[in-house]
Amino acid sequence: MFSRFPEGGLIDREHSFSFTFNNKKRTGYKGDTLASALLANNQLFIARSFKYHRPRGVFSAGSEEPNALVQLGRASFSEPNTKATNIELYDNLNAKSQNYKLSLQFDLLGINDKLSPFLSAGFYYKTFMWPKLFWEKLYEPVIRSSAGLGKLSGYPDPDNYDKGFLHCDILVVGGGPSGLLSALVTGRAGARVILADEDFRLGGRLNSDREEINNQSGQEWVAQTIAELKSLDNVRLLPRTVVFGNYDHGIFGALEQRPDALPGINKKPKTVLWRIYSKRSIICTGATERSIGFGNNDRPGILLAGAMRTYLNRFAVKPGDQVALFTNNDSGLKTANDLADKDIAVTVIDTRPNQGQNTGNKYHDYIAGGRIADVRGKKAINSIFLTDGKSIKVDSLAVSGGWNPNVHLTCHKRTKPVWNEKIQAFVPGENLTDGMRVAGSANGLFDLSSALLSGIAAANLALEDLGLPTSQHPDFETSVEPTDITPFWYVKEARSRSWIDLQNDVTTKDISQAHDEGFRDVEHLKRYTTLGMATDQGRTSNVSALAIMSERTGKSISETGTTIFRPPYTPIPIGALAGRSRGKHFRPTRFTPSHRWAEKQGAVFVETGNWLRAQWYPLEGETHWRQSVDREVLSTRDSVGVCDVSTLGKIDCQGRDAAEFLNRVYANPFLKLPVGKVRYGLMMREDGIVYDDGTVARLDENHYVITTTTANAVLVFRQLEFARQCLWPQLDVHLISTTDGWAQFSVAGPNSRNLLAKVTDDFDLSNEAFPFMACANLTACGGLKARLFRISFSGELAYEIAVPSRYGNSMMEILMKAGQEFNVVPYGTEALGVMRIEKGHFAGNELTGQTTAFNLGLERMVSKKKDSIGNKLSERSGLNQPDGNRLVGFVPLDKNKQFNAGTHFVSRGKEKNLENDEGWMTSVAYSPTLGHTIGLGFIKNGLNRFGEIVHAVDPLRGNNTDVEICSPHFYDPDGGRQRG
Amino acid sequence: MIIEHPLLGPRDAAEFVYLGDASLIDRPDWDNPDGDKEFFEYLYLRDNPEGIHRELWYHEQGDRSWLVVTRNTLTHEILNVELARQVALAMGR
Amino acid sequence: MWRDPEPQQHYDVIIIGAGHGMAAAYYLAKVYGIRKVAVLEKGWLGSGNTGRNTTIIRSNYLLPGNEPFYEFSMKLWEGLEQDFNFNAMVSQRGILNLFHSDPQRDAFARRGNSMLLAGADAVLLDENLIRKMCPFLDYENARFPVKGALWQPRGGTVRHDAVVWGYARGADRLGVDIIQNCEVTGFDIQDGICLGVETTKGPIKANKVGVSVAGSSSKVMAQAGMRLPMESHVLQAFVSEGLKPCLPGVITFGAGHFYVSQSDKGGLVFGGDLDGYNSYAQRGNLPTVEDVCEGGMAIMPMIGKARLLRMWGGLMDMSMDGSPIIDKTHISGLYFNGGWCYGGFKATPASGYCMAHLLAKDEPHHTATAFRFDRFNKGLMIDEKGVGAQPNLH
Repeated sequence: MFSRFPEGGLIDREHSFSFTFNNKKRTGYKGDTLASALLANNQLFIARSFKYHRPRGVFSAGSEEPNALVQLGRASFSEPNTKATNIELYDNLNAKSQNYKLSLQFDLLGINDKLSPFLSAGFYYKTFMWPKLFWEKLYEPVIRSSAGLGKLSGYPDPDNYDKGFLHCDILVVGGGPSGLLSALVTGRAGARVILADEDFRLGGRLNSDREEINNQSGQEWVAQTIAELKSLDNVRLLPRTVVFGNYDHGIFGALEQRPDALPGINKKPKTVLWRIYSKRSIICTGATERSIGFGNNDRPGILLAGAMRTYLNRFAVKPGDQVALFTNNDSGLKTANDLADKDIAVTVIDTRPNQGQNTGNKYHDYIAGGRIADVRGKKAINSIFLTDGKSIKVDSLAVSGGWNPNVHLTCHKRTKPVWNEKIQAFVPGENLTDGMRVAGSANGLFDLSSALLSGIAAANLALEDLGLPTSQHPDFETSVEPTDITPFWYVKEARSRSWIDLQNDVTTKDISQAHDEGFRDVEHLKRYTTLGMATDQGRTSNVSALAIMSERTGKSISETGTTIFRPPYTPIPIGALAGRSRGKHFRPTRFTPSHRWAEKQGAVFVETGNWLRAQWYPLEGETHWRQSVDREVLSTRDSVGVCDVSTLGKIDCQGRDAAEFLNRVYANPFLKLPVGKVRYGLMMREDGIVYDDGTVARLDENHYVITTTTANAVLVFRQLEFARQCLWPQLDVHLISTTDGWAQFSVAGPNSRNLLAKVTDDFDLSNEAFPFMACANLTACGGLKARLFRISFSGELAYEIAVPSRYGNSMMEILMKAGQEFNVVPYGTEALGVMRIEKGHFAGNELTGQTTAFNLGLERMVSKKKDSIGNKLSERSGLNQPDGNRLVGFVPLDKNKQFNAGTHFVSRGKEKNLENDEGWMTSVAYSPTLGHTIGLGFIKNGLNRFGEIVHAVDPLRGNNTDVEICSPHFYDPDGGRQRG
Repeated sequence: MIIEHPLLGPRDAAEFVYLGDASLIDRPDWDNPDGDKEFFEYLYLRDNPEGIHRELWYHEQGDRSWLVVTRNTLTHEILNVELARQVALAMGR
Repeated sequence: MWRDPEPQQHYDVIIIGAGHGMAAAYYLAKVYGIRKVAVLEKGWLGSGNTGRNTTIIRSNYLLPGNEPFYEFSMKLWEGLEQDFNFNAMVSQRGILNLFHSDPQRDAFARRGNSMLLAGADAVLLDENLIRKMCPFLDYENARFPVKGALWQPRGGTVRHDAVVWGYARGADRLGVDIIQNCEVTGFDIQDGICLGVETTKGPIKANKVGVSVAGSSSKVMAQAGMRLPMESHVLQAFVSEGLKPCLPGVITFGAGHFYVSQSDKGGLVFGGDLDGYNSYAQRGNLPTVEDVCEGGMAIMPMIGKARLLRMWGGLMDMSMDGSPIIDKTHISGLYFNGGWCYGGFKATPASGYCMAHLLAKDEPHHTATAFRFDRFNKGLMIDEKGVGAQPNLH
């Protein structure tokens, strides 16, 4: 029976916490992990395994834990698959077991364990596919329903997560002896140092082991070192912070658990994702113990020897009165010593013969060359059986198969670890990049003295790189630690299944089977058996498994190699990686200058990229959006309407060679545009596909203003900068984006001139003085700097007036007030769209990035007398097929019928299939002006087919109509209104 | 990744937008007799090396400089960073 | 599962690359009766992109050059397990492409109709139906509200490793030699004719050589003196810890870079955009990880408590128009298959089939006639996304 010693340990007995596990109240202390508190409460059986649903208990004391996974917290705060060994205990913690049907004690899926002969490695692949359909309809749903371990709540994650950047000269990862010392040496030298450790208590194995440094206890040394580190302003300590990934150029990803975030109680960030930018790094991540394969070695009460030492010394957990140790190396014996010193009866089973001669009567028994064949006790171990038939009653069993350095961070950039025969483990490879060094047991130096010295050495090398003073090697006196190991991976005599990967239920037999079926590469082994793919990523199992595989294949472990170490070192919550970029804050929201005014009008808004634009302005009594939109269109065409068009990209282009530059980036000519005039410009990509369109206004001799579509504002600017800096660096031209600088309003309709006359300052707006496509600098509202462009997207007499953005909202108010006598309306993006479709202007729906000038009927705009981007490649035959798609208009044959964008065209009488597909409808609107639905679309050879009737087929929405091909200019095709 | 901007010092690569091979600076003359072929090769064909690659990055969240970055595509090590405009001028553009 | 033969001196056909190439060998042997075939793989079987992807299958393409091919592939998936008698866990739980604006809806409608006209399946869902299917999406607080989705019920996922193993076992049994750890170091080209390859296991002769090496395409074809319309980029993919079933099928977010499905083992398998720079490193950087997770949290905020377990980077053969090439080269006897961008997995059966057809008949399969090298010279690009000749945008 497990219990708590009445004293000792690094727990705060003044602060006791009550917590709930599987609805039962328990008590622990500040400084406990959930795992240590459960063990102290004699709760050995904690979880069920993935495949066979076997009872499992705490196996380790860290993030390598394969077994003790719990569902932490309640309802929307609930966290699946949380390692009890990693949870710092807090008051009122609530945790539950997972992966069972009915209850932990009586798990219906425990039957899987009995079915194991049929469920061995790769069983899915060879079964379940006959008869056809049975897989999907029957087998798979069953397999799926038993998938996974923990559960998502299904509710939005209520926690907050922060992010931040940190910069340092030296990042030290790991706060064990070598890490603390590295930080101290570099910190004393004046380097900016960050020390991060995933544990909430710095000290690493000095918290678990009873070691001495310079005649101090390890604990005293840790406390003293931390105190000095804290006193240094240039050192930052980050406990509870796991460095999970090593990225390019010295950038590390780290996740800090915030101890002050309590679920449901405050909204403080639960974690902080740190992006740490380091000049040098020292990896002191320690090592992870591995187990040994023997029968039923997965039973609750069997722990790694180092973990048992941690529970014993750090958490004062007594693992029963009779304990056995199964080891192949010296480190395991430390556990036996510590147990014996606490007057626990220890039986040592050492796979190495000729060991344990001089132990006196310290141990209950020392069986050199012994091997455990099997154990008994399903939900908690109660006895062990040796291969020689001997049985021993035990309360718990500690196992050590050796230690694997935590080489992960050294491998994330694809440096391969190398096998070290002496320690029987992989150590970091050579040629680490970005100034990375490794010290301590992470580098395979398992004895304290070497670990400390390597910490100093790594620190001095980093200091040397940075030009900082190095320090003398102080002499350390430490307790002597033997680290002898003889490889021993599993007990061959065991007749029961022997587990290697505990969480994914991979046994020695599965590894043999994979070998026998030809899955011998480590990657095949992993994929076929699922070895190492569980939440612990095989940290306690991978090396053992490949050692067994190498034994089967007869290759050395070195030749066999490892699978690739990938980030993250430990699993990281998706919420923490997303941070605050969720919900409304997923992307920034851009508001138009007249947004506040529009809001007051009760406008309905629509997302246009990151912009929020007024879609329409409903009036009281209007119940359907069409009523509002139709009214806005008709009022504009009848009198005057105003629309905020500030979202269009605006680029200021100045310089002696500005005209030449524009002439090269637009397909149509620009050299002869007079001052005071606007010209429509068609821009192509280099591949001859239409990129964007807009207007260019020449405000002065060397001053142009370019507009782009809303969607392409950023892209066009980028492309123009490319042309300016990379293609034609000698041209004297400069660009600046002024999209956010100017508020711009379209004032459209027969009364637009009259309205603007009231707003502008003594400016001659007559057709003669300011004709269609004119532009000017002017003032408005009594001296406000403004720009006026006579351009029209609606087809009406129209202007666009621009004022500095900060006056945008006022300008809108002034226009609306001044327009009262004309019954001015504001119109939104819907009415804008309707009017442009009526007018036959193409927009985003037509400019798909697959559209040529030919498709748009603008092939003659592409000047052949000059070089311009896209000119050459636009001539390719495939882009100029005589029967290619043309933009035309479509009206329903039966004017009462409607159709939708995305409808395809098939000639009358032809079968409706892809071969007969002749094009598609790009934009559709109900035209209140014409009184029926109209559409724009691309259809083969369309310009020669006006009057022809084709099928508009929309099987997706079950709508088939006959439509007539017509000119895309439905409204005022001669353009008289906009020129008037 | 960190890009050592010639004017601004070390900047995070996330501030930049990537375009591709720096050969895109070397746009052919439109009136060359072999212009069709040259433009096709210019726009569509790439060496795409495993190893040293000269490539164009645009400091969009910064000073809007186009840079030519010499980077190893296997290790991501950056060997050199130049202003693209200077590179283009040196090429006689 | 399969033999481990030494290479013979001469084959009818050598295929380089055991991803799509494995499928090509299988169909060459099975459909076209050409069995003296070797598949050369530089690593272990499945070490390329076939064993490193997010396992999605779908045929929801827009353009006439693409859609019939991908629908052909879908039909092959549907019969695959019975064909090679190996359970690849083909699971057609549907793929949902969410849209968030009217223009997106129009584009999806155009695409859905293309699919239906090509004989595939497509359904346009409105927000209410999506709420029923996916109650866990963010409807109340979304930056870009869900307006609807294009749903392909026959889309889904397949266990990727099993696909490689199934084809390998099938090909092996039909006599194909699968030669692992055999890297091609050069081509034997004389007078414009490809006579075989040089490898780390010595020279091997063949009447025809097919190359299907995905992200290594430029490297391998450079050995034949060719420059390709292609760049190699890194695409990261992610898997979470195992969770009880919580997603109905594949879901893609139309306003961010995020797509996700749930594996049979319970892990959320998800991904997003390319890192964006040329790379052969097979690993990516943190900003992309964050970007993908932001997309995930924006559309389904319940996954905040799921933990990212593993991330990896694959080498993508990003072509200049986002579409593949299955074609002869100007060198007689040398054939190429590549440019799959990050959509190659779903194409595996049809890509193999069409490559086999090309190798056997010297003419393109009728569903793959558009996947030619010369489409760029001629202006016949197959640019689904409409972003032009910039591979990292496809």
